[in-house]
Amino acid sequence: MSALEVRELSKAYGGVQAVRGVSFAVDAGEVVALIGPNGAGKTTCFNMLNGQLRPDSGEIALAGRSVVGLRPHQVWRLGVGRTFQLTATFSSMTVRENVQVALLSHHRRLFSFGKPAARFQVDEADALLARVGIQEQAARPCAVLAYGDLKRVELAVALANRPRLLLMDEPTAGMAPGERQALMQLAAALAGSERIAVLFTEHDMDVVFNFASRIIVLHGGEVIATGAPDEVRANPRVREVYLGNA
Amino acid sequence: MSGSAILLQFLNGLAGASSLFLVAAGLSLIFGVSRIVNFAHGSLYMLGMYLAVSLSGSLGFWASVPLAAILVAGVGALIETGVLRRIYKAPELLQLLATFALVLIIRDAALWTWGAQDRLGPRAPGLAGAVAIAGRQFPQYDLLLICLGPAVFIALHLLLSRTRWGTRVRAASQDREMAAALGVNERRLFTAVFALGALLAGFGGAAAIPREPASLEIDLAVMSDAFVVVVVGGLGSIPGAFLAALLIGEVKAFCIGLGYSELTLAIEFIVMAAVLVLRPWGLLGRPLVETRGPGTSQPPLPAPSFLLLGGLAALLAIVPVFAGPYTIVLLTDILVFALFAASLHFLMGPGGMPSFGHAAYFGLGAYAAGLLVLRAHLPMELALALAPFAAALGALVFGWFCVQLSGVYLAMLTLAFAQIAWSVAFQWDRLTGGSNGLIGVWPAPWLSSKQAYYYLTLVLCLGAVALLWRLIVSPFGYALRAGRDSPLRAEAIGIDVRAQQWAAFGVAGLFAGVGGALYAFSKGSISPEALSVPRSVDGLVMVLLGGVQTLSGPLWGAALFTWLEDSLSRGVEYWRAAIGAVILVLVIAFPRGISK
Repeated sequence: MSALEVRELSKAYGGVQAVRGVSFAVDAGEVVALIGPNGAGKTTCFNMLNGQLRPDSGEIALAGRSVVGLRPHQVWRLGVGRTFQLTATFSSMTVRENVQVALLSHHRRLFSFGKPAARFQVDEADALLARVGIQEQAARPCAVLAYGDLKRVELAVALANRPRLLLMDEPTAGMAPGERQALMQLAAALAGSERIAVLFTEHDMDVVFNFASRIIVLHGGEVIATGAPDEVRANPRVREVYLGNA
Repeated sequence: MSGSAILLQFLNGLAGASSLFLVAAGLSLIFGVSRIVNFAHGSLYMLGMYLAVSLSGSLGFWASVPLAAILVAGVGALIETGVLRRIYKAPELLQLLATFALVLIIRDAALWTWGAQDRLGPRAPGLAGAVAIAGRQFPQYDLLLICLGPAVFIALHLLLSRTRWGTRVRAASQDREMAAALGVNERRLFTAVFALGALLAGFGGAAAIPREPASLEIDLAVMSDAFVVVVVGGLGSIPGAFLAALLIGEVKAFCIGLGYSELTLAIEFIVMAAVLVLRPWGLLGRPLVETRGPGTSQPPLPAPSFLLLGGLAALLAIVPVFAGPYTIVLLTDILVFALFAASLHFLMGPGGMPSFGHAAYFGLGAYAAGLLVLRAHLPMELALALAPFAAALGALVFGWFCVQLSGVYLAMLTLAFAQIAWSVAFQWDRLTGGSNGLIGVWPAPWLSSKQAYYYLTLVLCLGAVALLWRLIVSPFGYALRAGRDSPLRAEAIGIDVRAQQWAAFGVAGLFAGVGGALYAFSKGSISPEALSVPRSVDGLVMVLLGGVQTLSGPLWGAALFTWLEDSLSRGVEYWRAAIGAVILVLVIAFPRGISK
């Protein structure tokens, strides 16, 4: 059974069909890229996968369990971590506290009035920060972090509940080229060692072809190609969409 | 109820709906363009009423109505150019506060000009009689009112859809920056739209004088009605406002017709609740745009200086040794309001929810304490312990609806609820004593001296504030703050932001209720003023004065404000207006926030 299985997913905004009959699957340990030109429907797809948007029709199953109609916080409980295209962190908190909030949620302490949150599982939080390589920034407020570092914080936060599926929307946008490789290497290593299914969208084709074991190409809201990087590279339909008819 | 009676009540409802629509349409129009919810809109309606009553004496009724509306439009233009124009870039909360300051000023101006007595308007000459409809008498003038609503609706629709000016207004409503980039003169447009909105409110008020007398309390009543209409219809939608005005107008008419006038507000509340459950963004409104990207940057909460606070607590503990009874009573008040402000800060600061109706929970605590002693004959200590839970329960009921919304929508809803709570306390004579309130709410004998009660207040308030601060750093407080910082991220890590906010309402209500109960026993009486909207705004001023981004700020703000109010209310007759003027000056002078 696939970690994520999507069947005939559709979503329209008013008269615009943003996503049309999209089907694909991602297995545990796989790193899959979802690519396509601007407006292809990538972010709409992502937002349906974690419950931010409700699909008009179609099915989304996590390890066989349907998640259509669940809200994002419920989807997360089923083991879906997510990073955002524009980073979303808690700017009034330190880096460590950002991770601690995720850990509190994971351990179901959100309604606890007890021990101060800043003392909750400091070691586990720091271990997560160490994994993404920013443990030395743990005590700094998120508001002053560089953009690339915020992406790492997001990744650490997304890993706090030991996800089975990691959704990364443009994970390397706004990062320096060297940093991009490092971040994706990290994600790929995690996928391998912890059997996490990783699905990411990306505009940087070097990142896509270096790190994706499989690529899904969206165009006009439909899947036009899917397969290993080399197959996709050679696909005439993909060349047409990206390079024009020439 | 016979068929003809139903028909008559239906027509009555239509007549009421017309005034309601005029006010709500103006509110929606102004919000659409300027993104400011004009809390003073009910005040403009009230101004229209008074002006029409005055003018009709010399000019006659028919001339006075349009003239009053035009005068109110002029006042609106003055408000826009004098106040609002200077604060379009200020934080939302300060804008709302500034328009509320206008409510205080306009009310005192009306009190000064027209006195505290209700002013009866004339009958409309030529339409003073009644017509027979289905064998019953129906006022001729009300038939005219029935036509007024749809007529204004059609006129507005034509104005907005068929004229160049209307196109500009619609463009500015949809995308202010783009409209400005395309050469729309924003300044003139904003002034004109505000004047038009004011004109509608003034017209609505002036046209209502044959039906009801002009009174000072009508401003807040109309404002909360208009908020309910706008929330039910969908903010920014004129057809939505029309539909909702009809719905609310009919509901009110039938409640009154059936002889349950006390129930009107409760039914209104239930209708609003039902609509919000089915369509959170109102009948014809659009869903709120989800906040995207990084949340608004908020600095971390600095820890207060515990040494300073500890010293202060020690000082407060020895004050009764050398202070006179007057100082002790004032300090008791300050402590109570410090707790009130701290509980509001819990919602506004970590919760990120601007509550414009926090006095509702303070008042619920006060009334519950009084009722438990007077009606249930409980000992005072037990009443004091139980009353906060009544407040928390009220906060949970109101809060459930409030957390479905955010930002200005939420602020409007909190205010509407507070106004409803006030009206219930004001109208339910048999239980609450109506406008006289409850008297004889005294503490137990061992607390009857001012000093003993001061110590009780000191211990409970300091303890409660300490507990609130503890909550802010608890996991619950962090999860709440997470939802404020970035709702998107919070939901994506398993936080049910609404549930967190809902619980925060309960907590804030509980602590406000402690303050309210303490207040009731310290005064020995409770009047509806304890949960009135101005009291809510007092709380906002305390929090904003001290700084919403600090923990101890609201306490200092409460101390300063309570002392100021105490001094002003003894020396200055129109002290509410004075407070309003101070707010306006502060907001205009520091549009980026009063605290640093």
